[in-house]
Amino acid sequence: MSSHPHVAVIGFPGSNGDHDAIHSLNIDVGVDATLVDYRETSLDGFDAVVLPGGFSYGDALRCGAIARFAPIMTPLKEFAEDGGWVLGICNGFQVLTEAHLLPGALLRNKTLRFHCFPCRIGVVNATWPWLSRCTEGETLTLPVAHGEGAYFVEDNTLAALESNGQVALRYLTDHERGVSTEGNKNGSVAAIAGITNRRGNVLGLMPHPERATNTLVGGTDGLRILTTLFDMGKAESKAS
Amino acid sequence: MTVWRVEVTIMPKDGVNDPQGEAVHGGLRGLEFNCVQNVRVGKIISLSLKATSADDAIDQATQMCDRLLANPVIETYSLSAARMAMASEGTGG
Repeated sequence: MSSHPHVAVIGFPGSNGDHDAIHSLNIDVGVDATLVDYRETSLDGFDAVVLPGGFSYGDALRCGAIARFAPIMTPLKEFAEDGGWVLGICNGFQVLTEAHLLPGALLRNKTLRFHCFPCRIGVVNATWPWLSRCTEGETLTLPVAHGEGAYFVEDNTLAALESNGQVALRYLTDHERGVSTEGNKNGSVAAIAGITNRRGNVLGLMPHPERATNTLVGGTDGLRILTTLFDMGKAESKAS
Repeated sequence: MTVWRVEVTIMPKDGVNDPQGEAVHGGLRGLEFNCVQNVRVGKIISLSLKATSADDAIDQATQMCDRLLANPVIETYSLSAARMAMASEGTGG
């Protein structure tokens, strides 16, 4: 692993967080991020992949359902199966569930409203690579921007996720603002904001770490997640 | 080969929260349709496809549902097929 990781940010038709991710990764995190078109058929030369937020294919049929068949998804699946680091943010998370790289599905927010505000996110399990710079129980403030962010899995799958420690992030109740509003406003099962695959190299989350990497935009807690890109080599040698 | 109209009805699975259905239910209550016990909102996809028989049409649509049209984690589907018209001449039906 070079000290300067190469990160592919996949651009689907309808992605709108791709340039946010590239800017954040290049300027604030300091890695080398490149936009990779959904029609590409190779991820050679990349150390990690980010699936950005947005509305790929206009959310036609279901969020992420059409993006799953894009040409880039074939090498992406191989990349993930080989243990490559993959981060799915918002629509990227939806694409990863549709592609069966992560379990479950994302449903319409229970409020039927688009949610666009900062959330307090609790780190449930900091042993996974993408969260290895966090501590268990730590609270991150990250913005959400989604209409379909209610995570759903059936009870037996949820039990397996919990016992495997795959529930990575949860929405927290909003004590800090002195209100009693439940933090899990979108109605996610078990207040889940992010999950990993069994191996931990694939993380999907609804909040946007790439929109919280600079004090100019209200916070830097996203760096707690994205700077782990510099630890990739270490994590791999630790695992092997 | 005959052209068949296959109607795919996709519904949220039992146990999957359906806020749209709840909102519609609230609207109906507002209109004093108090007889309504429950509302679920799904979608219908109407396909025109070539097939040798109704069973063939349903088989093809089943594969489409399993691979793309429905997500088994959150949805169930049901299918119905009806004959539409003869396609190109001479292939029988």
